[in-house]
Amino acid sequence: MSLRTPIARARGLGSAKEGTGHWWHQRVSAVALLALVVWFVVSLLMLTGADWATASGWLSNKVNAGLMLLLIVFTFYHLKLGLQVVIEDYVHGEAMKVVSILLVSGACLAVGLACVLAVLDVAFGG
Amino acid sequence: MAKVERPLSPHLGVYRFQITMTMSILHRITGVGLGLGTLLMAWWLIALAMGPGAFDMVQDVVSGWFGRLVLLGFTASLVFHFFNGIRHLAWDLGLGFALPTMRASGWTVAALTVIVTALIWIAGYSMRGM
Repeated sequence: MSLRTPIARARGLGSAKEGTGHWWHQRVSAVALLALVVWFVVSLLMLTGADWATASGWLSNKVNAGLMLLLIVFTFYHLKLGLQVVIEDYVHGEAMKVVSILLVSGACLAVGLACVLAVLDVAFGG
Repeated sequence: MAKVERPLSPHLGVYRFQITMTMSILHRITGVGLGLGTLLMAWWLIALAMGPGAFDMVQDVVSGWFGRLVLLGFTASLVFHFFNGIRHLAWDLGLGFALPTMRASGWTVAALTVIVTALIWIAGYSMRGM
């Protein structure tokens, strides 16, 4: 049993041991995505019905490739943070919760990495 | 430890419809839906990297009626999550907490979702010519 008062435990980083980090990162990624999503939707509209040569030509442009990489990073980070909250709300067993969050984080990382590699391949590959 | 079956708090069904709770749950549902939608984006990008054959296959699937239906759901989810996300960010700044404002902003998001989704699809069809 700890002799520390509850307020002492809650101060600083609080009981979750990460302070407001999660909340803040979710907001920052949200704001970044507001701009990136508008760019992405407009770009996709311009590419409606485009063939491979046109689409890969678009992604070979270094500015487009850079913005696409930013979109991918912020999307999958925002997704990981959001899905984590959903799991924390609905999965109650501690072990199941930790395993679910690890699986979801891993999946976000894997799909995000696949997207990054695909963009790099189109932009810089032969 | 045996699980005690305690009475639950009033079931969701006892609440009458309110725009605020609907927007709230839709934000979460569209968020998860968009998460699944990222698989579509990944498929598109990977096909683009693989070459014309793989890319044409994606275009074929996406332009079919089922593909268009999925894409429409994806667009609507994205537009909704976008505008409702702005609503959430405004709350984070401490703005718009009065109940009438909350209801008004909720209906605004609903209307914007329909209008902007429609505009995006009209733009898409006019780019492509059906």
